[in-house]
Amino acid sequence: MSELEQKLKQATSLAGKGKVSRRDFIQLAMLAGFTAAAGNAMFVKAVRAEPKKGGSARFGLAHGATTDTLDPVGYPDTFTQCAFWGALSNSLTEVDAKGNVVPDLAESYEPSDGAKKWAFKLRKGATFHDGKTVTPDDVVASFRHHMGADSKSAAKSLLDPIADIKADGPETVIFTLKDGSADFPYLVSDYHIPIMPVKDGKSDWQSGVRTGPFVLEKFEPGVSAKFKRNPNYFKSNQPYLDEVEFIAITDVAARTNALTTGDVDWIGRADLKTLELLKRNPNVEILELSGYGHYVLPMNTTMAPFDNNDVRTAIKYAINREEIQKKIFLDHATVANDNPIAKAVKYSIDPEPKYKYDPDKAKFHLKKAGYETLKVDLSVADAAFAGAVDAGVLIKETAAKCGIDINVVREAEDAYWDNVWLKKPWCASYWSGRPTCDWAFSIAYAKDAAWNETYWKNPRFNELLIQARAELDDAKRAAMYGEMQQLVHDDGGTIVLVFNNFVTANSKKLAHGDVAPNWENDGLKIAERWWLA
Amino acid sequence: MHPLLRTVLQRLGLGLITLFVVSLIIFSAIEFLPGDFAKAILGQSATPETVEAFQKEIGLDKPAHERYLNWIGGVLQGDFGSSFSSRVGFRRSVMEIIGPRLLNTLFLAGITALVAIPLALGLGLLAALYRNSIFDRAVNAVTLTTISFPEFFVAYILMLFLAVKFPIFHSLSNVSADMPFFEKLQRTALPVLTLTLVIVAHMMRMTRAAIISLLASPYIEMARLKGVSPGQIILRHALPNAWAPIANVIAFNLAYLVVGAVVVEVVFVYPGIGQAMVDAVRSRDIPVVQACALIFAVTYILLNLLADVISIATNPRLLHPR
Repeated sequence: MSELEQKLKQATSLAGKGKVSRRDFIQLAMLAGFTAAAGNAMFVKAVRAEPKKGGSARFGLAHGATTDTLDPVGYPDTFTQCAFWGALSNSLTEVDAKGNVVPDLAESYEPSDGAKKWAFKLRKGATFHDGKTVTPDDVVASFRHHMGADSKSAAKSLLDPIADIKADGPETVIFTLKDGSADFPYLVSDYHIPIMPVKDGKSDWQSGVRTGPFVLEKFEPGVSAKFKRNPNYFKSNQPYLDEVEFIAITDVAARTNALTTGDVDWIGRADLKTLELLKRNPNVEILELSGYGHYVLPMNTTMAPFDNNDVRTAIKYAINREEIQKKIFLDHATVANDNPIAKAVKYSIDPEPKYKYDPDKAKFHLKKAGYETLKVDLSVADAAFAGAVDAGVLIKETAAKCGIDINVVREAEDAYWDNVWLKKPWCASYWSGRPTCDWAFSIAYAKDAAWNETYWKNPRFNELLIQARAELDDAKRAAMYGEMQQLVHDDGGTIVLVFNNFVTANSKKLAHGDVAPNWENDGLKIAERWWLA
Repeated sequence: MHPLLRTVLQRLGLGLITLFVVSLIIFSAIEFLPGDFAKAILGQSATPETVEAFQKEIGLDKPAHERYLNWIGGVLQGDFGSSFSSRVGFRRSVMEIIGPRLLNTLFLAGITALVAIPLALGLGLLAALYRNSIFDRAVNAVTLTTISFPEFFVAYILMLFLAVKFPIFHSLSNVSADMPFFEKLQRTALPVLTLTLVIVAHMMRMTRAAIISLLASPYIEMARLKGVSPGQIILRHALPNAWAPIANVIAFNLAYLVVGAVVVEVVFVYPGIGQAMVDAVRSRDIPVVQACALIFAVTYILLNLLADVISIATNPRLLHPR
């Protein structure tokens, strides 16, 4: 690096802090061989890149219903998740933009006894919005809120591995697990488990008093939620905004209009069909991120003909994923290779062979399974994912050339999860993804998982799942998870079509750092992490 | 007993019977909704245990007739029950959810009525007065055009011109109770305009038709011969006799403003009761759906009653039957 380049780099970082004037910066850039216009653009970018405090922002979310409550046993969609977890609350840990788990309300955590015991030390001086210090009792009650026989929490099965939680002194909580789990810190980053104050031995979720970057001002279910900055937040630099409002705009056209007319500064789930038009708007930035979420077509591996792995492999080769990605998801998705673990997740591998559309290989495997031609039903509805029906029809076309006759059954969207999913031998489904291999596998691929969509019971896989969970050696874990992903790829009944991209659009008034892909909307923490440019 | 009072009481009685039948229909229709409520509400996170705990909590384990009696008994005492989104120790009554939405809807309907009804009557009277003139034809053509387009189309066109190209109004009408009146008015301008365009034609054409048909009657001829000006003829002689059909059409349109504005509500993100009901159907919040349906039925019954009363009160022959 030449001296000039180095100077320019320094100036860039100083510009972000407001310590270099535009004129000086551009002069330096021109010395380094840039044009004045390029220098100016670099200056604007540098100034935007450094977080600034103050201002207010309105976020238009694609969800929100009158049934929404502050109770974290629910939090069914991005409205409650972004507003009541991301803005209002904290979990013990959080997942950063690189996919690593980092302490949040906990200051540190330490495993012992083969990752069976986890001691979480709480952050000193962290308080609830009413000024009360966060104690281990609050943490215990917040977890117990989801556990117990009559709990109907969505996080109940997630917390199943916990045998016991107890407070240990004024700032430590000890979790005892049924089996060792090296990924336990990831688990407690879940948005269902915000830490809430304890009142009469129970978690007080009604009051909305939490620890997060924002204090709840007003909440109208299905309409909006308004927050103002928490002046005593334990992260001194965050949040940047003074006020945030989340507005429920379920209609996608209304959402786009609200952004273009400036009634909101950001919208979630932008309309893919009109995205090219929105891109032309000079005041709008489109953000596209490949996350952990994926669309799948699970086959029931206990039912004929899907109980034969050659049939499953034949079908895997009979699908033209590139075409589906292009025509149905309009390039806003990443082609997947029947490995449900996204690239951004730790220990993820890219298994071979690639399932590319290949009629010869499909026919070969079909013959090996003892079929000349095959007739199967594929149950789809757009309730599974937008475009499921179209994808089904496209698959029918490509599979026909492989000797597989697919009857695409269009199911009712109402009660799809009730009557079709886990019941029909081959259907469409989706996963929002999980930040660790163990979590993703335990929830949908383990032999006794409630949502094992494919009823797949691979002995080697299930053996590895238990072993890897308690293994603390990184290299050994990587090898085990690699083998498991290969097994799912080779033998599993899940066709992973694509990883869906999160597409959001925002006014250029808003700025942000690296965006976390673990969940939508900057890991649901958009309110805490974004600022006004 | 005054004949008008008798009619009102009679109609109210009939209305109650209608409501009872409607409540039966609503309840049984909801029983036919596909899928299990508990599972639909819990979504993908439903496991057998959570479903069972939930069903017990909201009383879905009881037989249908018992649930109906419980519900209707509560409604008679003014209690619409609690939403399925309630939790142990945290009751969310249905009225708490619907109340603010209903007020919003009534606000929107009220403002629209204030704009649309005088406009429609005025245009109708003028069209009758200058029938077959350029003015008459132009008014007819324009109102028929706006009523022929689907609501969302009218809404988007208005939004394109009045919010995007010329940012006079807001495309987002997310009003709230604590908003100052004038801001609320400005926020609701586009939905009001859309609804006005959609309902004016009906009322305006009925006014015009009713008056024109009266203009051929002998007593109007008499008035004309005696030298009354055309405007006076219409206002003093024709209009009083035309109220009955006009009132009926207005009542019908007012009812539509309350129960049928859901498309407009969605387009402008207006937090009205129509959206609340659609929301509730989607999330299977049955008590809310039932309450909305009942409120809609009451709206129709009351407005029809009002229209009948007006037509009787303005017609001496009906008021004093022999």
